[in-house]
Amino acid sequence: MIFQGKQKIWSEYQKDIPEDHYFYVRSCIRQSFFPASEKTFLDIVKGELGKDFFETPHHTTCGGIAYHAEAVPQETMMTIIARQFALMTENGYENYVCSCITSFGLYTEVMEDWREFPELEAKIRENLWKATKREFKVPKYLAHASDIIYKFRNEIAERAKFRLVNHKTGAPLKVVEHIGCHYSKMFPSKGVGGAEYPYVLAGMIESWGGEVIDYPERRHCCGFGFRQYLVKANRGYSMSNTYKKFESMEPFEPDMIITNCPGCPYFLDRWQYVIAEQTGKTYGKDGYGIPVFTYEEVAGLVLGYDPWDLGLQTHQVAVEPLLDKMGVPYKPEEKYKGVGGKVIVPPEFPMNIKCC
Amino acid sequence: MVNFGYGLTPSSAVKIIEGEDKLYRKLCEMEPDVKKCMACGSCAASCTAGDFTEMNLRKLILSLQRGYYQQALPMVKNCMLCGKCNIVCPRGINTRHLIMSIQKIYNL
Repeated sequence: MIFQGKQKIWSEYQKDIPEDHYFYVRSCIRQSFFPASEKTFLDIVKGELGKDFFETPHHTTCGGIAYHAEAVPQETMMTIIARQFALMTENGYENYVCSCITSFGLYTEVMEDWREFPELEAKIRENLWKATKREFKVPKYLAHASDIIYKFRNEIAERAKFRLVNHKTGAPLKVVEHIGCHYSKMFPSKGVGGAEYPYVLAGMIESWGGEVIDYPERRHCCGFGFRQYLVKANRGYSMSNTYKKFESMEPFEPDMIITNCPGCPYFLDRWQYVIAEQTGKTYGKDGYGIPVFTYEEVAGLVLGYDPWDLGLQTHQVAVEPLLDKMGVPYKPEEKYKGVGGKVIVPPEFPMNIKCC
Repeated sequence: MVNFGYGLTPSSAVKIIEGEDKLYRKLCEMEPDVKKCMACGSCAASCTAGDFTEMNLRKLILSLQRGYYQQALPMVKNCMLCGKCNIVCPRGINTRHLIMSIQKIYNL
């Protein structure tokens, strides 16, 4: 393929992400799974980059979990989303950025539905007015928070205190990137790189010095799948999906995994413990697992934030082997201390997977 | 071992056969368009030979990428070079030329 042709094709996969002025909404499940990630995101964009990101305590869940679990009908979910848009409109913003991939997929789906079926939008407007006396404008631009970090990845790299490089050998760390299915598999044109070449995390890894691993099951789902996990009888199916990914990536000896979805880091992290306890198998070196991170946590590490302030102690798989490779300093004795250095009880440790 | 009340099913993960992807790399050099394939299957759906034989261009490309060429290559002999796949490919890949390149590289 000639170079210009390649450039032209690639341009179709790009996303024109606005620089500034966003209304930010958090994720309901990320707040408990990886509690510091969203704070880190706001610290980076507002504190480090000086951008205008507004959030309000009045926003709620997008309704995604209930919708995908078929617990609420589509119109209820749309009215919840309409309320979120109303909050954005009331606060004078037009660009909407969400922390969650499920929300991102759902907002995209709703906006596409309303574009195709304007009568549905009219009905939701009426529902919202009857329920809350609010009105809304559809966002001019919808972004996922990883799009923003992707956009500013080079600015973050310029401020980097640590890189995704083995500080002893100088070799780039081998990184698995896992993108949430709802980011671009549903609406390929809405994600950086589309469904075929999603580049949002690979771009960050390359900018921060790491090496992306291209393994056969790279685009396989993490296994969350809502009902597969929510119903206990189906949970083995969820875990088997994750197991398939680990079996596929194992020969490439990854140093870490980066994700941009709430469910993926949770399942890639926690299922390593369950697989180890059930089969005795671990995928990292010396009995450890492969540490799994959100992109905000990695951005925070690169910028030199304290690992325990980033909430890395809430991970199931120990992150210390990676911190040692990157040369990030940390105090092991402070890992399980609470706010203000308060001593809290350390968690119970698993039998078959090593934790520091 | 802990019983969580649910278990694993054996992994069906695809593994690249080490050292067997050299010819595929050569094919990529000779026919860079092969990387544009997104495995949509339009070629397989429109294939004249596919109705009667094992010919399936989508599967062929995927198998070559993964190094399973010994199982995949017999398919190529069924291709009649009718070019229907060429017409339907949404990525504009010259599939007929690609098949002829595969024949050259893999000595068919």
